[in-house]
Order: sequence, then structure tokens, then C-alpha cells
Amino acid sequence: MADPMRIRAAVDAGGVTEVKVLMSHEMETGQRRDAAGALVPAWFIQNVTATHAGKTVLSAQWGPAIAKNPFLSFRFKGAQKGDKVQVTWVDNRGDKRTDEATIA
Amino acid sequence: MRIRAWYAGAIALAAGMVAATAAVGQDAASTAQEIEKYRQALQDGNPAELWEARGEGLWKKPAGPKNASLEKCDLGLGPGVVKGAYAQLPRYFADVDRVMDLETRLAHCRVTLHGLTPAQATARPFGSPDNRSDNDALVAWVTSESKGATMNVPSAHAKEKEAFALGEKIFYFRGGPYDFSCATCHAADNTRIRLQDLPNLTKQAGAQLAYTTWPAYRVSQGELRTFQWRLNDCFRQQRFPELGFASDASIALTAFLARNANGAEFKAPTIKR
Ligand code: HEC
Repeated sequence: MADPMRIRAAVDAGGVTEVKVLMSHEMETGQRRDAAGALVPAWFIQNVTATHAGKTVLSAQWGPAIAKNPFLSFRFKGAQKGDKVQVTWVDNRGDKRTDEATIA
Repeated sequence: MRIRAWYAGAIALAAGMVAATAAVGQDAASTAQEIEKYRQALQDGNPAELWEARGEGLWKKPAGPKNASLEKCDLGLGPGVVKGAYAQLPRYFADVDRVMDLETRLAHCRVTLHGLTPAQATARPFGSPDNRSDNDALVAWVTSESKGATMNVPSAHAKEKEAFALGEKIFYFRGGPYDFSCATCHAADNTRIRLQDLPNLTKQAGAQLAYTTWPAYRVSQGELRTFQWRLNDCFRQQRFPELGFASDASIALTAFLARNANGAEFKAPTIKR
């Protein structure tokens, strides 16, 4: 089971919520070889979605070019202080993780 | 709805390219400035936080044969006090009648509270992607609780003075196939190896800059690295035998460098190239 994400979210005076997400993931490209010369299989986050009040506010498709332990930052409108925002990732092995944060 | 997203990979790559292009034909000072910009671009989403979070969990969770947590561990400011503790380590601990640094004290608490053997408590000092180290995570968390604290390593006790003097001796001790000491690489101003500035650790400013910025998430390794790891790697660069983890030599060298950093604000865990 993957480690939890670290999510911070804050809404500004103009009603724009900025969300910052740190994810714990190896993000193996599939190009690297181990000490014995064998290819290390690709293993990376493929889909990221963020939802607020039941609506998807971000949907992204990722590939192996994203760095290890990825940091994602995005903004959306329409949320209030105290609302929750959920973030989910699914990797190419089908492993998945959802975490949520309260908007400050 | 307007959506804007940045990806860590893109930021890292873009910042790296800025540093590389801007460096062409310019002096070392501006190269260092560009590397600093790269660090700042990455600071916001520092993955060190993932280690800090795991470390806090490990501190609070009952574990080991005694099924106890580390919450009663005394890091020098009293049982369970973590805030600001790292800024006053290494120090003398009366209960064991010796000077300990953070790693040694954590190992001690994992023996006394968790009930591990000393060998188990120090079995994995540094992690790798497929073999994580609890020590790395605990150190990340404890040090993060000193962020903003002023370095104030004590030196009143005779054994603290002794450790400092031994550390100083080790720092200037020359040996090995190249006849290197730490001072060979770290006792002059404005020197560097490749693009890396070599801090002058014999001056207060240099020691402060170096000591207060470890542990760090090493982008090039994708791992959080502790100050102990840094010392270990410099022993390797010096072609010395491996530095024993939690050994008296390691504690003494740490005490020497930590006390030279006194008066500075502690800033770690940071992010480094
Ligand atoms: C052969 C040269 C060499 C020797 C000898 C050497 N180091 Fe280093 N040291 C380096 C280099 C190079 C770096 C920077 C590495 C980097 O930035 O990737 C470094 C970095 C450091 C840092 C971290 C500085 C910072 O600001 O992040 C510390 C602390 C340090 N060394 C301590 C020591 C100690 C203590 C010794 C003696 C045991 C020692 N070094 C011996 C080359 C050396």
C-alpha cells in the first residue's frame, strides 16, 4: 500500500483555490537497468483526478516522464474555505490511492 | 472552469536548463546563483515532507517486542520533547554517561522503548528505493521540528568538550591513499569541485550554511539524505574506511561541525541537487 499524499489547499480573496499535492511514488520509466543488467519494469502513475463537491476539477494522464515523488500544483474556482478536495491516483499496476484535504 | 497544472518533471527539467544555459561564459558566482534558483523552484513541493510524515508515524506507533511508541524518548529536552531538540544535539546524556547525536539517541530509544537489540536498531542507517530506512524517516521528522530554531549545541560538560576536541582532530587528520583530510577540501574559500561549491567548514559562515541545510532531499538520488549520510559520503570521497554509524568518531565529528554552526537558524530538511 502506497504512502499517503501530502495535500495543501487554500482559497484566495479572488475565489481561486490553489492545491499542492506531493505523491510518494517510484515512477520507474522502464528504461533503467538494475545491477544485474535486467530492465527494471515500468511503474508509474497513469491517471490523476481531483474532485470537489462531487465534480471533477482536474483530470490528468501521466506517463513515465514524470519525476519520482511527483509534485502537482493546480488551481480551480468555485470552492469555499472549509470544503474538501479529493485527489486520486492510479498507477499502471492498478495500485491506487485517494487522499483528501480541507481547503484553508 | 480554469485549470492550471504544473508537473514536477517539467519544473525540474526547465529549471535545470535555465541553470545550464545561463552558466555559459559567466563566473562561478552566477553559476551558484542559478543553482540557488533551481533549489528555490523545487523547495515548494519538497518530497522531504513524505519522509517527515512517515517519521512522525513511526515515532507515534507502538512497535518492537515491547510494543511501545517512541513518544517517551528523551532527545535532551525531556521525555517526548521533539520541538527544537535537534538544534541542541549532539549533547551529553547523563543516563548513559556519554555524548550522543540524534541517530545514536534514536537507536538508544529504539532499544530501551521498542525493545530492539542494538544491532537491530542500527541495521539500516540509510535507505534506498527498494529498502527504506526508518532512521531516515525518523531523522527527517525530528529535524523538521527544529526548523526555525537557533543552533545551540551545549559545551559545558567535560565530555562535550572532549567530543568537540576529538571531532576537530578528525577533521584535520590526514591519511589514506591520497593523504586527504576533511580540511583538504573544506578549509579554503570559494573553491568547488565540478559545479559544487565546497563550503569552508573551518569558518563559522561555512559551517552554518552546511550544517543547517541537512537533511536534504537529493533530487539526483530521489532520496532523503541525512547529515550522517553526508559524512559517510565524504569519508568515501576522502578514500577513508567506512565511518561507523553511531560510532564515537561519527558523534565527535558531528559535534564539532554542529557546534561551529551555533547561532544560525536551522533550515532543514531542505532540497539539494
Ligand atoms: C575529496 C574532497 C572532499 C573531502 C576530502 C571531503 N569532502 Fe566534504 N564535500 C565534498 C564535496 C564535493 C561536497 C559537495 C557535494 C555535493 O554538493 O554534491 C562535500 C560536501 C560536504 C558537506 C555538505 C556541504 C553542504 O553545504 O551541503 C559537508 C558537511 C562535508 N562535505 C563535510 C566533510 C567532512 C566532515 C569531511 C571529512 C571527513 C569531508 N567533507 C571531506 C568533497 C570532500
